[in-house]
Amino acid sequence: MQLKLKNFTKTFDSTTVIDGMDLTVNDGEMMALLGPSGCGKSTTLFTICGIHRMNGGTLHFGDREVSNLPSQQRNVGVVFQNYALYPHMDIRDNIAFPLRVQKLDSTTIARKVKEIAELVHIPELLDRRPAQLSGGQQQRVALARALVRKPDVLLLDEPLANLDAKLRLEMRSEIRRIQLETGITAILVTHDQVEAMSMCDRIALMKDGKIVQLSEPSEMYNNPSNVFVAGFLGNPPISFVKAQVQGDDFGFGNNRVAVAPGLKFRVGGALQLGIRPEHFGPQFGRDVQGKISFVENQGREDLYNVTLENGVVIRSIQPAGTRLKLGETVSWGVSSENVLTFDLQGARL
Amino acid sequence: MTANFRSMPVIALLTIVSLPLVIMYVFTLVDTFTNTEPGSLVPNEFTTEHWRFLWSPDVGRGSVWVATVNTFIFASTTALIVTSISVTAAYALSRLDFPARRFFLSGIIILHAFPTITLIIAIFLILQWLGLFDTLIGVIIVKTALELPFGIWIMKGFYDTVPWEIEMAGVQDGASRFMVWHKLVLPQVQPGLAALLIFSFLSGWSEFLLPLVLAPGSDSQVLSTYLAYFLLDDSLEVDFNLFKSVGLFYAVPVILIYLVFQKKLMNIYGGGSKG
Repeated sequence: MQLKLKNFTKTFDSTTVIDGMDLTVNDGEMMALLGPSGCGKSTTLFTICGIHRMNGGTLHFGDREVSNLPSQQRNVGVVFQNYALYPHMDIRDNIAFPLRVQKLDSTTIARKVKEIAELVHIPELLDRRPAQLSGGQQQRVALARALVRKPDVLLLDEPLANLDAKLRLEMRSEIRRIQLETGITAILVTHDQVEAMSMCDRIALMKDGKIVQLSEPSEMYNNPSNVFVAGFLGNPPISFVKAQVQGDDFGFGNNRVAVAPGLKFRVGGALQLGIRPEHFGPQFGRDVQGKISFVENQGREDLYNVTLENGVVIRSIQPAGTRLKLGETVSWGVSSENVLTFDLQGARL
Repeated sequence: MTANFRSMPVIALLTIVSLPLVIMYVFTLVDTFTNTEPGSLVPNEFTTEHWRFLWSPDVGRGSVWVATVNTFIFASTTALIVTSISVTAAYALSRLDFPARRFFLSGIIILHAFPTITLIIAIFLILQWLGLFDTLIGVIIVKTALELPFGIWIMKGFYDTVPWEIEMAGVQDGASRFMVWHKLVLPQVQPGLAALLIFSFLSGWSEFLLPLVLAPGSDSQVLSTYLAYFLLDDSLEVDFNLFKSVGLFYAVPVILIYLVFQKKLMNIYGGGSKG
């Protein structure tokens, strides 16, 4: 079911947290609300499920306006960061609780609980208590409980934050699989760009209560609308270099990098270059001289910080192998067609 | 072994320090069933005469059984009222945002710290005016009111440990606020509930001052005032062994309750909902 948030405004006491936000999530789509802490993404989520009230704007699920309905009448499934399972009930009763509230008969409840338990792969855990389950299993139960009464929208609040790294990887694909199998419209709130990029159809990147950019993950990575978006996505992060257009080149310090043909007529004067670590290295030429100021061995790859003569640091990531030493002087190149250009205020050129 | 051996000096010291208490308890028990020659420590005859207050009503002031029933009614009614009011009031204070919430919170602490004795004259006058002086109901109302701040404060502590996500999850699952409280939150604070029930029962059982002042008649007396009569009444010759027997009779239910429920009572000091 399509979810439509229009001109949504939220204030706490006198501070405006979110001001006139518009967001449309299409039917069956998984949307990430991504942003640093305090950007208003959780506030948005809790407003959609009815825990917070809207101070302005409207919210529609399909054709149904739910802006002023209490949580109980919205038909939203929520998975909380700490799962919020009911500790005094076994797993079967936990999952059955939303159905018991609806006063369904016990055979229907038993059938639905069994179906959903099979969907999330926990049929053998139904007689246990929440405290006897691992984090990943609790996560599956929370998903089952949120999905069992077929909600219009599924909301996930940092669902992977409490899991260890290996389980996180597993649950990432599991949550996506379950979302695709049920075809439910879902919103994922996260501060982890990897989660957002790997799990979701589209990402809404938020900052200070506003959506800065809303697009598909690859589009957002390759084509960020400003410095903030470029800096938020990508790990290790992008490096920014202040430069001057000099003829057919970008000049910074003593270094010159050719302006890509497609960019030539759009840039001029002082600007900022955004260089992702995978676009800086020996394979792109020898135009940029600097000293290696930091080496990090990540196993499959090596991460280098190269400090230029004027003090600017550019990160580079390369396949492990030629182990370069700290302090070594290198002459590497920049992949000029992949350089991102921003004006000095940070907007994309 | 070695750990035990190393703690021997501590155990020895504790034994010496607590010996007077132990001896007193032992002699309390022994004296209720024996007579001892004056000047001697060793009892010389077995007797049940110190327990005669159980069957002959003219020993103390009124029947001990009436006092026992009164005590039981007094303690259990107080405990029930205190617990049932605390369990709802504490939820409101812990979770609901209502006007003057801070005022109520600080009011409760102040009331809890207030010495009962300073209120006694005012309470006496109010009960007199209401016609509840020298009735069990009057003492129950007063005791409940004075016990409530403690109960509410304890229960609020238990509610505070329940994660709010559990409630929000319940609301999202379609349950009403009342159903969420009843089916999801109440089971989490159940240990606190049991502890408070027992604790306020024991507090009612041992209450002395309020019944003494507010229910002085023999019909509404409780065991503590019944016991005190043997010491306070000038016309009687003090019979210590009789006093000890009544005291033991009065203390036995308390000891039993402590033995049976000690684990639950510990919750009130632990304050957590570990289930």
